[in-house]
Amino acid sequence: MRKSLLALAAGLLLAGSVSAASAADKLKVGFIYLGPIGDLGWTYQHDVGRLALVKELGDKIETTYLENVPEGPDAERAIEQLVRAGNKLIFTTSFGYMDPTLKVAKKYPNVHFEHATGYKRNPNMSTYSAKWYQGRYIQGLIAAKMSKSGVLGYIGSFPIPEVVSGINATILAAQTINPNIKVKIIWANTWFDPGKEADAAKALIDQGADVIMQHTDSPAAMQIASERGKLAFGQDSEMIKFGPKTQLTSILDTWGPYYIARVKAELDGTWKSEDTWGGLDSHMFAMAPYTNMPDDVKKMAEDAQAAITAGKLHPFKCPIVGQDGKPVECKGGDHLDDGQILGMNFYVKGIDDKLPGK
Amino acid sequence: MELVEAIILAVLAASTPLLIAATGELVTERSGVLNLGVEGMMIVGAACGFAGAWLTGSIFVGALFGIVAGTLMSLIFALMALGLAVNQVATGLALTILGIGLSGLIGAGFVGERLTPAAHLSIPGLTDIPLIGRVLFGEDAFVYFSIALIIGVWWFLYRTRAGLILRACGDNHVSAHALGYPVLRIRTFAVMFGGACAGLAGAYLPLAYTPFFIPGMTAGRGWIALALVVFSSWRPGRLVVGAYLFGAVTILQLHAQGWGVGIPSQFMSALPYLATVIVLVLLSRARTGGSTAPAALGTVFVPDR
Repeated sequence: MRKSLLALAAGLLLAGSVSAASAADKLKVGFIYLGPIGDLGWTYQHDVGRLALVKELGDKIETTYLENVPEGPDAERAIEQLVRAGNKLIFTTSFGYMDPTLKVAKKYPNVHFEHATGYKRNPNMSTYSAKWYQGRYIQGLIAAKMSKSGVLGYIGSFPIPEVVSGINATILAAQTINPNIKVKIIWANTWFDPGKEADAAKALIDQGADVIMQHTDSPAAMQIASERGKLAFGQDSEMIKFGPKTQLTSILDTWGPYYIARVKAELDGTWKSEDTWGGLDSHMFAMAPYTNMPDDVKKMAEDAQAAITAGKLHPFKCPIVGQDGKPVECKGGDHLDDGQILGMNFYVKGIDDKLPGK
Repeated sequence: MELVEAIILAVLAASTPLLIAATGELVTERSGVLNLGVEGMMIVGAACGFAGAWLTGSIFVGALFGIVAGTLMSLIFALMALGLAVNQVATGLALTILGIGLSGLIGAGFVGERLTPAAHLSIPGLTDIPLIGRVLFGEDAFVYFSIALIIGVWWFLYRTRAGLILRACGDNHVSAHALGYPVLRIRTFAVMFGGACAGLAGAYLPLAYTPFFIPGMTAGRGWIALALVVFSSWRPGRLVVGAYLFGAVTILQLHAQGWGVGIPSQFMSALPYLATVIVLVLLSRARTGGSTAPAALGTVFVPDR
């Protein structure tokens, strides 16, 4: 009797796992989002990528996402929830998910993880990011051409290498057009607070800046620049709606092609842990149309974009001179190497400010 | 001179939502109720305010939508915390979480739309006076209203019988009840006033400050309003000082960064909080006497008969 009960239980278990297997015919792919999809910026663009993935491979996969997941220990629970729901490939789309993702990845070696903008990897955990500084370089060229006051306004989020390298790329480009260009930098110390971003934009314009650039997420700065009749660059997504006569261009995060490639690899069984840091050449991001500028400036921007894409122009071409007037060691031959850019914690010469924490 | 004027204008704009929301919460707390749901009521006010203005094309209607939405949210709180005598702290926190979710839902269809912001007053001759013209005669209606509101609240609390009764409920609900005052009804009105103000403060953001709607756009301003009420030791006069001081330091630290003063930006970002705390602590130390908090603040009251 006892034996038959056990057999029955085993049979039920088997039946259970079989039905689970048939339901899992489609590969389950999960996403963890930092903000709401409606943020019009960072998270919104990741979801555009997910939708491109569904459009391309929708008959073979099933996607799930969790939005508004705070960075830090809470994220671990959310990632694990996706694992338990049967997701086999999970994209965690913000820097602060790095340690939680790694922790869950070590716990579930049979599930594959993809972490955006981080640097910690595991045999089942890849990282991916984009060389946005290339786009910043193009913006710096445009800004220097378009500025009448010779003062650029830059709204930073946090003084981390990604943001600092963006500022440096901008000013290095601007200096090739106008060696005396000035940049005023205000750190908002937040990624997202429309009111504060607007206040920062107002302060920069009141202090004489006439081209506003931002490394924060909302279109507030664009709108202030538009109200005051100045020029500005968007961030992460297309923001021309908030400044039809204001937006010069915007760096657009285009995650779709990467998501499709990685899911295809997972389906083929060729997925392996990698570190992807793609630029304009690999379509990890794109530039929004060049608008509100004369044709010669537009042509200059397009030429620079083509040169960077072809690998003929490197934004951090040596010699790079630091604020102390000494050249920076050139580890990548004729330009700074990836490690130097990924860990950038200094301002280049010509920035009349002190990097916080230095 | 122009820069000084620009800074004052930015300070007024940044302080106004804090002042409106904190004024409402001050009245609520003076009646003895601690509603921690200000952030939630604000963000719903922001979503509904934008929706109202976008659908009708009128900023005024948008503001009314914000007020009604905030009031409805506060009625949920009143029902739970006053009607069912549930713990006020827990209810307030739940209201914030509910508000953040609800506002995302309401605002989902409006993300990416933009509005023409609230018009600024313009009186030929007066608005053009250098330095003070635009500050005194060139603001939007919300700024003038917020000042009228806090003066009205001060007058109500200290110069009317109804205000005295409301404060009595906050200090000793048992005595107020024994004297025959309807404590729960008075508190419900106070909570509704707080909700209306929070809703209006929220609506100010997409209608005048940054004229678009994005989920989470209040970005913690409701919590700052709550803190300002505590730091003001529940006095309207100090609340005005606190709100404008907070706004002023917020804006000045941005300008200081632009000038390249060389102080770490992380410290500068913390400065508004530090400055407000220090000034208000000094203000309350200058007076003798014990705690100024309403004695019955946050305590549950169930009428026994």
